[in-house]
Amino acid sequence: MRTLKFLLQKEFRQIFRDPSILRLIFMMPVIQLLILPWAADYEIKNVRLTVVDQDRSEYSRQLVNKITASGYFQLTGYSGSYKQSLNEINADEADLVLQIPPSFEKDLVKENEVKLFMALNAINGVKANLGGAYLRTIISDYNSSVRAEWLQLPRFNPEPTIEIASSNWFNPLMNYKYFMVPGILVILLTMIGANLAAINIVREKEIGTIEQINVTPVKKYHFILGKLIPFWIIGMVVLTIGLLISGLAYGIHPVGSYLTIYAFAALYLLAVLGLGLLISSFATTQQQAMLISFFVMMIFILMGGLYTSIDSMPEWAQWITRFNPVAYFIEVMRMVVLKGSGFADIRNHLLIMAAFAVSLNGLAVWSYRKRV
Amino acid sequence: MSNSAIISVNKLSKKFGDFTAVDEISFEVSKGEIFGFLGANGAGKTTAMRMLCGLSLPTSGEARVAGFDVYRQNEELKKNIGYMSQKFSLYDDLTIKENMRFYGGIYGCSDSFIKTKTGSILNQLHLEKDAGKLVGSLPLGWKQKLAFSVAIFHEPKIVFLDEPTGGVDPVTRREFWKMIYEAADSGITIFVTTHYMDEAEYCNRVSIMVDGRIDALDSPAALRREYNTASMDEVFLKLARKARRDDG
Repeated sequence: MRTLKFLLQKEFRQIFRDPSILRLIFMMPVIQLLILPWAADYEIKNVRLTVVDQDRSEYSRQLVNKITASGYFQLTGYSGSYKQSLNEINADEADLVLQIPPSFEKDLVKENEVKLFMALNAINGVKANLGGAYLRTIISDYNSSVRAEWLQLPRFNPEPTIEIASSNWFNPLMNYKYFMVPGILVILLTMIGANLAAINIVREKEIGTIEQINVTPVKKYHFILGKLIPFWIIGMVVLTIGLLISGLAYGIHPVGSYLTIYAFAALYLLAVLGLGLLISSFATTQQQAMLISFFVMMIFILMGGLYTSIDSMPEWAQWITRFNPVAYFIEVMRMVVLKGSGFADIRNHLLIMAAFAVSLNGLAVWSYRKRV
Repeated sequence: MSNSAIISVNKLSKKFGDFTAVDEISFEVSKGEIFGFLGANGAGKTTAMRMLCGLSLPTSGEARVAGFDVYRQNEELKKNIGYMSQKFSLYDDLTIKENMRFYGGIYGCSDSFIKTKTGSILNQLHLEKDAGKLVGSLPLGWKQKLAFSVAIFHEPKIVFLDEPTGGVDPVTRREFWKMIYEAADSGITIFVTTHYMDEAEYCNRVSIMVDGRIDALDSPAALRREYNTASMDEVFLKLARKARRDDG
C-alpha cells in the first residue's frame, strides 16, 4: 500500500504540473457540451424547395403559401418548367422539386382528385427523406382543409378519416437536447478514460522511465492501480462538471437520482480505463496509442446509439453493439435522466459493465510485462 | 564458483529469433569489485546486462545475481540491485527532491531513511539550493550524477551502469568516476559498460565482448601484457576488429 502512495503522489504531481492536461480536463466538457448539442440537431430545417407551378391558380398559390409558412422549407425557385427546376437540383441549389400539374385547380374541383409530383435530391439522404415526409404531411393537411371548405354540411362525409393524436412520453416536448446531452457526456468520459491513461503510460515508455520502474520491485498491479486511480478521479470530476453544465445550460435535471448515474459511471470509467491500459501495452509510441484509440473510439461512438438508434441497425450490427460499453452507458444515461430508472432497472447494465471492467483490467495487468 | 562471487553467469544466451544477441557467456564478479563490461556497439552488452537485472528473460544458461536466480527470483533480485540505463530515467517534470522521494519510496525505504539520504546526497553533489528545481532544467552532467545517486539511493548490493558517461564532458566524467569509487568503497559492487578506454583502466577487471561472446577477461594491466600493447585502446581495437556482426 505504501508503494501505491508513492506512485499516486508522483502521478498527481505530474498531472497538476502539466497545463495542457488541466486545460483538456476543464475545457473539453465545457466546449463539447455547450456547442455540440446546438449543432448536432435531428430536426431538418431549411429544406430548399423549388416549385414547378404549371397551373398558377388560386389553389396552387394557396398550397405553396402553406408550405413556405411551415418554416421547414425555403423556396429557392418558382418556375413553370420542370427542366429548369431539375437544373437547380443538378447545381445543388435545391433539395426538392414539387410539380403542380397545369390542371391542378380544375381537376381538384371537378374530378375531386389530383396528382402531384415530387422529386428528391437523395445525395443528402436524411434531408431528402425528412423533407419529403414533411411535404407529404403538409399536402395532406391542405387536402383536408380544402375538403372542409367544400363540405359545408358535415352530415355527409364521403370518406371516414382517422385522426392520430400522439403524446411523447418521458420527453414531452421532444426536446432533442434532452436526448443528446447525456449522450455527449458519455462520449466525453470515454475519451478521457481511454486516451489519457494510455498516452500517459506510452509516454513513460518513450522517455524510458518505465524501464527504470520495471527494474524496481514495484508489483504490476501497483503500477496499474497507480495509473488507474488518478484518471478515474479525473473522470469523475469531468462527469460532475458535465452534469453541472447540463443542469445550468440546458435545465436537464435527471428524473432519476444522481447516485445511480455516479454509481454506473464509476464502473464504466474502470472499464474504459482498462481499455486504455490495454491499448498502452500494445503501443510503443504515443502516435500508435492515439491511432489505436481513435479507431476504437470511432466504432464505439458510431455504434453506440448516440447519433443513430441501435434498434434500427441490422441484426448483426446490434449484436456487435452488445460488446460496446459506450452503448450501455448511453442507454443508462437516457434511462436515468429521462425516465427516472433506478438501480433495479439498470441491474443488468451494472452487471455487464462490471464484467467489462474486470475482464479489460485483467487483460491489461496480464499483458503488461515487466520482463521481455 | 567461489563464495565471494556476487554475480555468477554460466553459458548465458539470449536469442531473438535467428539472431543470437548473447552467445553462451560465462563469468564471475566478486563482491566490491568494479567490473568493466566492454564491447563495440551491438556486441550484446546491454542485452546481457538487462538479463542480469531481470528485465529480459534469458533463452538458456544460468545466472545468479546477489544470490538470486534470474529466472525464478527476478523480483527479489530487483530489491538488491540498482540500474542506470542508457536513456536518462529520472522524471523531468519532478524536482530533484521529488525524484529521490519517489524512487526511494517504491524501493520500500522508510520516510526517515529517505529524508537523511536525500540530505546527504544533496550535500555530496552540492545541490542543496537546487533541491526544488525541476530535473528537466539541469545540465546533462548534473543529471547523470543525479541519476547515479538515485540508482544507489536504496543502498543496493550491486549497481548496473549502462554507458553512464555517454555525452558527458571530461571534467564531469572524472567526477562521475570519483562517485563510482566512493560507492565501491562503501561495499557496492559496480558493473559498468563504457566506450571510453581511459575509463576501462579505472576498473579492477574488464571483459571485452565481441559478437555476443566474451573474448577477453582480466585486469587491464594483465590484458595489456597479454596483447602486448601500451594501452587498453589497442587491446580493444585488436579484439573488436575481429567482429563480423554489423553495427547495431
